[in-house]
Amino acid sequence: MKQTPLNARHRALGARMVEFGGWDMPVQYAGIIAEHKATREGAGLFDISHMARFWVTGPDSERFIQLIDTFDISKTAIGQSDYGIMCYEDGGIVDDIFTYHLGPDEWMVVANAGNAEKDWAWLNQHTAGYDVVLTDRSQELAMLALQGPKAESLLAPLTNADVVNLAFHGITKATVEGAAGYISRTGYTGEDGFELFLPAGEIERIWDRLLEVGATPIGLGARDSLRFEPGLALYGHEIERDINPYEAKLGWVVKLDKGPFIGSEALQDIKANGPARTLVGLEMTGRGIARQGYPVVALDGSELGVVTTGMPSPSLGKNLAYALVKAGSLKIGAEVDVLIREKPVRASVVKTPFYKARYKK
Amino acid sequence: MSNVPSELQYTKEHEWVRIDGNSAVVGITEHAQRELGDVVFVELPDVGKSFEVGESFGNVESVKAVSEIYAPLSGEIIEINNEVVDSPELVNEDPYGDGWLVKFSFTTAPSGLLSADAYQEYLNDEANK
Repeated sequence: MKQTPLNARHRALGARMVEFGGWDMPVQYAGIIAEHKATREGAGLFDISHMARFWVTGPDSERFIQLIDTFDISKTAIGQSDYGIMCYEDGGIVDDIFTYHLGPDEWMVVANAGNAEKDWAWLNQHTAGYDVVLTDRSQELAMLALQGPKAESLLAPLTNADVVNLAFHGITKATVEGAAGYISRTGYTGEDGFELFLPAGEIERIWDRLLEVGATPIGLGARDSLRFEPGLALYGHEIERDINPYEAKLGWVVKLDKGPFIGSEALQDIKANGPARTLVGLEMTGRGIARQGYPVVALDGSELGVVTTGMPSPSLGKNLAYALVKAGSLKIGAEVDVLIREKPVRASVVKTPFYKARYKK
Repeated sequence: MSNVPSELQYTKEHEWVRIDGNSAVVGITEHAQRELGDVVFVELPDVGKSFEVGESFGNVESVKAVSEIYAPLSGEIIEINNEVVDSPELVNEDPYGDGWLVKFSFTTAPSGLLSADAYQEYLNDEANK
């Protein structure tokens, strides 16, 4: 199993380790609920070095990203970043990505750990005719997320960058405790916060310092519950090879008017005809927790779809779920049954996202 | 090091059994609750239902995962802990006490349960794997 440069730190903190996307990662330290709340109320520190960091450089770098990304990055200024999706020709999803515009003809693409090899191959497969250089810097640069209402005040004294005035989705060169890299105002929790890209060899020292000034270490368990409440998609759940962006309520990331890109023809058709399925939010009104893969049925027992993510929401104190169901089949307030170990348990369709993100914009 | 009370018997599925005459109280061990993390939901069978040894008789759920609980012996459910259904965190707080799950009655004495020493040894082996 692969290890991040902070593996020994996680073990020393008594984390429970699990395999995730081929990596030996901490799922929890003090407990998922406590870690979740520490992030919503204070500042949570996440080791996300398992994610992929690919550099795209060269005169055609922008044109190349326009080819593989559904989003229109022509308006992403240097020092800014945007969420994007890589699609297959048929509109299914390769991965969701973040594209950071670092400098003239220099971009960083951050992708999911579990998809890193597939994404790397996908990018390399499409460079013909583009004057670009792809570099995998996932090993040399570690990646941390510092998230929550206290993230800014904890980070500001440790860096030369003006993080107070760093724009939402902005990225800047920075030193943190003297180590040189980048800081961005991005994250995956629905809170204000930052992501730090710093040399792997210095990351233990920086991790220790951030904990010392009051950040709480957060494992993958709370990372999941924190992204679930504000409705941020997770590959393998809301998005997948066989799910297109319109079904996943990510139509806003697909910019059909920017010119052709991989998947644009299929996505045009899907948009014109309407997606076959749609993502809805469920609140369990009966006793039980919906989990990924559980069937969602109408009260007469007819099939509607399937749960993509479900869990007890630590912030809201309710058992909530996202489900991918037949398009148009369910309106807000509709009642359905979730089959929990074959037993129907009542749920109602509720508005999403469950939790309103609190970004500093 | 996990707390493994010497007066109880155990299974490799990390359940504990307290035998008293022809009945047995069952719960999950300190180790099991720690591995699960915050227990947020407990599903127990109805009183009067019978189970064969090894059969799943309920579920304990954490934020992230569902874990089945297996009958450590063959018998009939004669009591369930309703308090743990209402307050699942009792499983974390007091796994060998207020966090007990069900009480079985049995006609044939259970066999194949582990002593506290044997269970502790099993935990040590698992940790060193």
